[in-house]
Amino acid sequence: MNRLFEKCLLGWAWVSALVLIGSIACIVGYLLIRGFGTLNPALIFGDTKPMDALLLKKQVFDGLFPAIIGTLLLVVLSVVWAIPVGLAGGIYLAEYAGKRVKRTLNLFFDILAGVPSIVVGLFGFSVAIFLHKHFSDNVYPCLLISSLSLALLVLPYIVRTTQVSLENLSAETRFTAPALGATKLQNIFYVLIPKSLSGIVSGVILAIGRCAEDTAVIMLTGVVATAGVPKSIFSNYEALPFYIYYISAQYADTQELLTGYGAAIILLALCAILFSCAFVIRKQLAYYAFYRA
Amino acid sequence: MTRIYEKLVEKLFLFSASISALFTILILGFMVILGLPLLKGGLFFDLLTQPWSPHQGLYGIYPMVLGTLAIAFLGVLFGFPLSLGCASLISGLGPRPVSHFLLRVVQFMTGVPTVIYGFVGIFLLVPFIRELFQAGSGMCVLSASLLLAVLISPTMILFFTDSFDQVPKSYLNAVDSLGGSGVQKFVYIVLPCAWKGILTGLILGIGRALGDTLIALMIAGNAVQVPGSVLDSARALTSHIALVIAADYESLEFKSIFACGIVLYIFTTVIVMGIRVLGTAGGRSRF
Repeated sequence: MNRLFEKCLLGWAWVSALVLIGSIACIVGYLLIRGFGTLNPALIFGDTKPMDALLLKKQVFDGLFPAIIGTLLLVVLSVVWAIPVGLAGGIYLAEYAGKRVKRTLNLFFDILAGVPSIVVGLFGFSVAIFLHKHFSDNVYPCLLISSLSLALLVLPYIVRTTQVSLENLSAETRFTAPALGATKLQNIFYVLIPKSLSGIVSGVILAIGRCAEDTAVIMLTGVVATAGVPKSIFSNYEALPFYIYYISAQYADTQELLTGYGAAIILLALCAILFSCAFVIRKQLAYYAFYRA
Repeated sequence: MTRIYEKLVEKLFLFSASISALFTILILGFMVILGLPLLKGGLFFDLLTQPWSPHQGLYGIYPMVLGTLAIAFLGVLFGFPLSLGCASLISGLGPRPVSHFLLRVVQFMTGVPTVIYGFVGIFLLVPFIRELFQAGSGMCVLSASLLLAVLISPTMILFFTDSFDQVPKSYLNAVDSLGGSGVQKFVYIVLPCAWKGILTGLILGIGRALGDTLIALMIAGNAVQVPGSVLDSARALTSHIALVIAADYESLEFKSIFACGIVLYIFTTVIVMGIRVLGTAGGRSRF
């Protein structure tokens, strides 16, 4: 009886692995088979010459160029807002905060990390309405609001990875510099942060991936289906994930649907690249820190 | 001079940390203030139990609460055994090359954008379900929860393998020396030792399932109704927020999305508290 039970259990483990691998293979495979044919310069630039589009001389109307630029701008802006605050917050939690402060702040960051992204988007949207009503009629959901909301979404990740990689340093590393007379701040900037850089950087890259893929936040805070390349941070914009969502619901003909497949492949590739970067950096820097220094 | 500088930087760090934490409260605050007309005088609890029929002035979010719970519950029901099986194969039961490969696949899956799961789901899973059951459009609770299971599994698997790896090596060696098989080791040592990690991973999975927007929005069909079977269309709280957005800012219909936001926020808080209670309630109580 027991033998049979054990056999069943082992069988279950193998079946579940096959199901999981099978389903992700189906998803990626289907995307590649359907969309592979669309992968050419025309998918991105449409009828416009690539050079003209890149130099912003001409608008691209039937390509993914504006969506790609929108996503890039969005990611860069969000990370620019989130990194300084996140790093500083993480350093404070790891190095300065007392036990009780730490417990309280940890609770807040846990909740913030768990808040569904659509709720963060709703928050960004309500702030935009609030500003519109009480301060200026010119405030609408826009690239700026989106990037600030996204920054809020990834902030807890950056705080957490910074905090954890600082806290994981050995006592030896931690106390050598102060023993030689370094101040606390010197210790942090010259010893602790360089030593935990791999963890911090991979956290930041994962945050970038999160910004690039998130759809729920931006669909409430200013992304639109057609806007062209955004002129300023106060204008509407296009983004890849929203474009994919939009196409899936509203495609008019096969050609548009195929563009959707192309966009999905580009987004998947982008996230896969970011993800492997984070992975390699974590390994590589750890190797560097442990065996070369 | 240096000391002032040191103090200044410390204050700056403290400021950043508190500002970030403050946003956690601000998010709730904004939703409560903007949703106020609907919340006055204990109306919030009425909202949770009323049906949604804007023409009669009823803006209850009961169908959406049930929709969210149904989709998330089913998703976890499918995802949990799957994750436990995969995690057991990764940490011990499978041969090394297989477990290594599976771990890589799972890590890759955590990086796949949600919108891509949804996109492929519409064109692959939805027609499949439609043909299989010959009922409705195929956009239903079942399709959404199947896809959700695939979405939340990597999170759970990584958490499970982490907690399996923390089981003391000496226990495992003891089983080996007594001649126990790999499966026996897993069932009688690893599972009882790591139950707390499993529970935490499960709660994390539930949290992700409750908060997911895109899968429910793209796959579940979004009909405002209490789903009677798994083949019925349903609307989740998250999709409701995404869908009502275009309406008039002052209307009560629009205000109802803030009630949805507050409910989601409460779910999150309860889940985070649950995980913390598990984390602090004394070490390994079984051993």
